[in-house]
Amino acid sequence: MRIERRLAQPRWLMLVVPLLSLVVAFVVATVILLATHHPPLHSFRRLFDAAFLANSALTETVVSATPLAFTGLAAAVAFRMNLFNIGAEGQLYAGAITGATMGLLLGGAPSPVTIAVMILAGSAGGALLAAIPGVLRAFFSTNEIITSLMLNYVMALVIDYLIFDSHSYLRETKGFNASVFPQGKQLPDAATWSSWTIHGLVLPLGFLVAIGVAVGLWFLYSRTRFGFEVQVIGDSARAGRYAGMRTRRKILAVMLLSGAVAGLGGASQDGDFRHQLDPRGLTQANYGYTGIVVAALARYNPFAVVVVAFLLGGLQNAGYTLQGADFPNGLVGVLQGLILFCVLGGELFVRYRIRFERRPSTAAPATQ
Amino acid sequence: MNNSLLVVVIAQGIAYGTPLLYAALGELLAERSGVLNLGVEGMMLVGAVMGFWAVQRFHVTSPLALVGAIAVAALAGAAMAAIHAFLVITLRANQIVSGLALTIFAGVAGLSSYLGNDLNLARSPARHQFQAIFPKSWQDINVVGPILFGQSALVYASWVCVVLVALYLTRTRVGLNLRAVGESPAAADAMGIDVAGYRYAHTLVGGAFAGIGGATFSLSITPQWLAGLTQGAGWIAIALVIFAFWRPTLCLVGAYFFGAFTYLPFALQKYSWAPPPELAQSLPYVMTVLALVLVSSRAARLRFGAPSALGQPYVREER
Repeated sequence: MRIERRLAQPRWLMLVVPLLSLVVAFVVATVILLATHHPPLHSFRRLFDAAFLANSALTETVVSATPLAFTGLAAAVAFRMNLFNIGAEGQLYAGAITGATMGLLLGGAPSPVTIAVMILAGSAGGALLAAIPGVLRAFFSTNEIITSLMLNYVMALVIDYLIFDSHSYLRETKGFNASVFPQGKQLPDAATWSSWTIHGLVLPLGFLVAIGVAVGLWFLYSRTRFGFEVQVIGDSARAGRYAGMRTRRKILAVMLLSGAVAGLGGASQDGDFRHQLDPRGLTQANYGYTGIVVAALARYNPFAVVVVAFLLGGLQNAGYTLQGADFPNGLVGVLQGLILFCVLGGELFVRYRIRFERRPSTAAPATQ
Repeated sequence: MNNSLLVVVIAQGIAYGTPLLYAALGELLAERSGVLNLGVEGMMLVGAVMGFWAVQRFHVTSPLALVGAIAVAALAGAAMAAIHAFLVITLRANQIVSGLALTIFAGVAGLSSYLGNDLNLARSPARHQFQAIFPKSWQDINVVGPILFGQSALVYASWVCVVLVALYLTRTRVGLNLRAVGESPAAADAMGIDVAGYRYAHTLVGGAFAGIGGATFSLSITPQWLAGLTQGAGWIAIALVIFAFWRPTLCLVGAYFFGAFTYLPFALQKYSWAPPPELAQSLPYVMTVLALVLVSSRAARLRFGAPSALGQPYVREER
């Protein structure tokens, strides 16, 4: 058996391979479910129902998809330049903190002003946190994967400290329950982001902002000099340097942009859905890590990120809805990982072809 | 004397550093072959859950059950690493994305929690756990007692592993071949070394080490199964390999340093002047960032850099 590079990549393969990869992922998931004595078809049907078909399922899916679109875009922006910012999780927390702070501070201001300030503050918070791995990578060549990831844990502790272990401005200190069940202070009504209802489907402002950000990023990366240089540096850092591109500035700029997008997702959590700084809700959702899956599946294309975020949002939403019943906990992560494995592995068959093949051309990654 | 803060922190730092040490040794072997595996956290968690399952199910004497559990954890970790190895060696996938996928697949929200729930492991203490193996009178010796003789068998085994890995890398033909594969796979291939075989073997062994590291949590430190009980230890282990300059003995020093910082918040709890627990808990993560900055200077990287072929797939036709 020989594997050789394809000279031309046929268009139909670009479509067929990802689809087959999905099928393989679900086949492997079926095997795992059978091995652990769960009825696979039943589980999948319930998953699909809860994600897209049931009453108000689509609305809930959009709720889950909104943060994933932001973190997915954040990852896609950076990964496109081979800059592996996996700190979207912490940057989202940072944006949630700054966003909630501004929402509370501007108690009496008119709603559009408050919302605009929250959007700005959220982006600034995320960008500020991303600046740390960005500066370290640009000026000290420190591995950004580890530094951005370590900051996720630090931010999770910061957000815990603000609500559970201090009398910070963001914590609710009045009322009967305040000392027994610590929680974030309720944001004023003016800080509630608008939403629109179309045929029963509720579209929050955050989701529309995410689509807007996707359009902006697409424009930036495919129509501007900045985006062109970023892609050149991503494909070959040396070529970029020899062509006189300022690599350090680009690293820093892309990192800030990535952090800002993730932070915007945090502000949207405050304004659209939670209406307070909610440490448990934010830290248990894994938006940042799932965003990496979203970006990789979308091949870092901003529009595809929004679509994939919607699909994986459905999966995540189904995970929440079904949790506790006979639906196995942890299955959502298993499915996400499997889909990503299969799509990654499948790329070989787009780029290469196999001569004298002995096994079927969509070999699944071994699981055991 | 033996209850003083310093002695307690050093003794517990060794205990808490041991899972980091196992995982870092495993990652070191994989990286020396040129395979970067960012799935350590996931492999550790699966090792932790399977090791814990084994100790609850094996109805034999305590030492046998524990040895069996470690073997099961190692196999589970290796099985997870096999997915990564297949993807990046045979299918030539991006090592970074594949490793992240492994962490998501096996990690807190994935397979480890799925298995933990499915096998009904939560909320029950381990039936057997690793305990100090030396007699009480030895442990009461001033200062050295708790530090050297108060440890479990896993700690002493990890010291053996460090020596073996160090000797393997510098004194054996296979180990030298391994380094050739990581530095220059094309040259190794020309020498007749099976590049893919070496990479598979060491990625799998690396996964086994990570699995044992995870089981150190569920059988010795915690000792029970909690979803996500490693709390980022896998990531710290990856960072450890970088600032140990890919050398096993430095891994040991670094692991205990970080183990001590992990234990510090618990040690400080009883003092009234203690800082907020979140501050102390964030220390290992902050220290990781600082240490990484220190070792990423240009001079350090040139002298003790990463294996040259780290992260790159080897394709004979395209070298």
